[in-house]
Amino acid sequence: MADSFSISDRMSGRRKFLIAITSVAGGVAGAAIATPFLLSMMPSERAKAAGAPVEVDISKLELGMLLMVEWRGRVVWVLKRTPEMLETLTKIEGELADPGSEKKQQPDYAQNRTRSIKPEILVVEGVCTHLGCSPVFRKDIAPADLGADWQGGFFCPCHGSKFDLAGRVYKSVPAPTNMVVPPHTYLSDTQLLIGSESEGAV
Amino acid sequence: MSNLFNSMIAWVDKRFPLTSNWKAHLSEYYAPKNFNFWYYFGSLALLVLVNQLITGIFLTMNYKPDASLAFSSVEYIMRDVEYGWLIRYMHSTGASMFFVVVYLHMFRGMMYGSYRKPRELLWLVGMGIFFILMSLAFTGYILPWGQMSYWGAQVIVSMFGAIPVVGDTLQQWLLGDFTLSDAALNRFFAYHVVTLPILLVVLVFVHILALHETGSNNPDGIEIKTNKNPKTGIPVDGIPFHPYYTVKDIVGVVVFLIVFCGIIFFAPEMGGYFLEYNNFIPANTLQTPDHIAPVWYFTPYYSMLRAVTVNFLGIDAKLWGVILMAGSVVIFCFLPWLDRSPVKSIRYKGTYFKVALTLFVISFFVLGWLGTKSPTPMYTLLAQIFTVIYFAFFILMPWYSKIDKVKPEPKRLMKE
Repeated sequence: MADSFSISDRMSGRRKFLIAITSVAGGVAGAAIATPFLLSMMPSERAKAAGAPVEVDISKLELGMLLMVEWRGRVVWVLKRTPEMLETLTKIEGELADPGSEKKQQPDYAQNRTRSIKPEILVVEGVCTHLGCSPVFRKDIAPADLGADWQGGFFCPCHGSKFDLAGRVYKSVPAPTNMVVPPHTYLSDTQLLIGSESEGAV
Repeated sequence: MSNLFNSMIAWVDKRFPLTSNWKAHLSEYYAPKNFNFWYYFGSLALLVLVNQLITGIFLTMNYKPDASLAFSSVEYIMRDVEYGWLIRYMHSTGASMFFVVVYLHMFRGMMYGSYRKPRELLWLVGMGIFFILMSLAFTGYILPWGQMSYWGAQVIVSMFGAIPVVGDTLQQWLLGDFTLSDAALNRFFAYHVVTLPILLVVLVFVHILALHETGSNNPDGIEIKTNKNPKTGIPVDGIPFHPYYTVKDIVGVVVFLIVFCGIIFFAPEMGGYFLEYNNFIPANTLQTPDHIAPVWYFTPYYSMLRAVTVNFLGIDAKLWGVILMAGSVVIFCFLPWLDRSPVKSIRYKGTYFKVALTLFVISFFVLGWLGTKSPTPMYTLLAQIFTVIYFAFFILMPWYSKIDKVKPEPKRLMKE
């Protein structure tokens, strides 16, 4: 009696079909109910709405000084480079991975030797393109820990990536690309707008 | 009185398999009679798990998972909550001690071949526990929202951004925002106190069930089940877990608790290795500390992450670092199939395996030490060399374990 109850004997074609179609329907329902849960973890409407451009007064920024600005929860640096600093940019080009800024890490108007609108003023996100640490501004020349060839730049303390004074990445470091230049524009000689390219677009 | 007790047990047994489970898993679970020092760490891991669960529940009573309140709520626990300092130090010390006992537990398995047939699944479940444990340590470390919490999380989450094509979306999905912020802290809290502990407890349960199905391995690496007393059916080299090993494990617990209390009361920060000094500074989203390093138990993998500095095979150095870091942990899962030696235990394995295991342990420690240091060209070179040795232990294993000169295994367990 027990033997005749084995499942394979009783699995008629009709029953197999019903089980298959129920499984598929159940799978579809499972995927459907998972969707709202997974999507609830994406950035919320409030998070999307944040991130308005910020206005920065650079009238008090002195030569060689670095200003930190918060934009969209991350740091943006404004660096006023001295003529000597600008000279180093051409000197070390042989050691850089992407000296001409070929990779799209900046708006078109910043794809030049200095990666900036005004040659002396660098506006760049202070975020290492490796794993998101904020590099340290090291303007000292040839310090003991960075070697005799160091001409000033940014050094990431997390994993040792190096960038020059235009945020361009050196060769043979963990970071793959140059640092990101955010969209920005000058409202006047001393007013800088970070996060937007035109006054009206907010 | 004992009559009443017995009839109560009988009442329960008719409704729930109490006595039969007690016998199957304790009083009549036969374990090899030659367990040594290395066999303390399984039960100690269980003890630390209980410590983490209980202290964790009490910490949630005062902790606030909000980026603007988290740091001060931890200070509040430390300064104003009655015995809050003790409960938090038990939890933070427990986290590090969890890794101490689990690493020793895993090393035991590697020495005596406990991952070999028929215990492959037991080993894989154990690896699952290890992954959950790492996730728990990571999410827990974020909660105080100090400088190390913030920047450590930044680095780990950015790793997902290195994955081609889907990386950016995946990263936003993990963070719930475009940057690391309150949204991420809030959900990491949910993982840390609900999702991961439930998974951990379930996997630990499955781990023990799988262990009791195959029976325990032992320092000789031979199966005691192949030699049973024909009359009783009990392995001749087996002794009941209770009372023999419960009593032995209590000795281990006492010694462990002395060390554990010593750390809690005299060195809860362990010189910056258990609790890092930079984490006593509230998270500053604009500035990374000058020197960042993960907590000690992650430093070997962290060294490998930053060891790759050149692009090769069309993959950039950043992604290679992430692949190596993930690979260095996942590769343990393949041990049961990489080891081709005819014997299980290091006692009967030959010189090649002993040398390989020694080199592996040295590279694990050197990488761990390097991971606590700032990267310099010299240190990066060292990390590269030891990363190669670390992986060579696994990748060359099918070869050296096969040609190794092994000694014959005994028929019965040897005396200690």
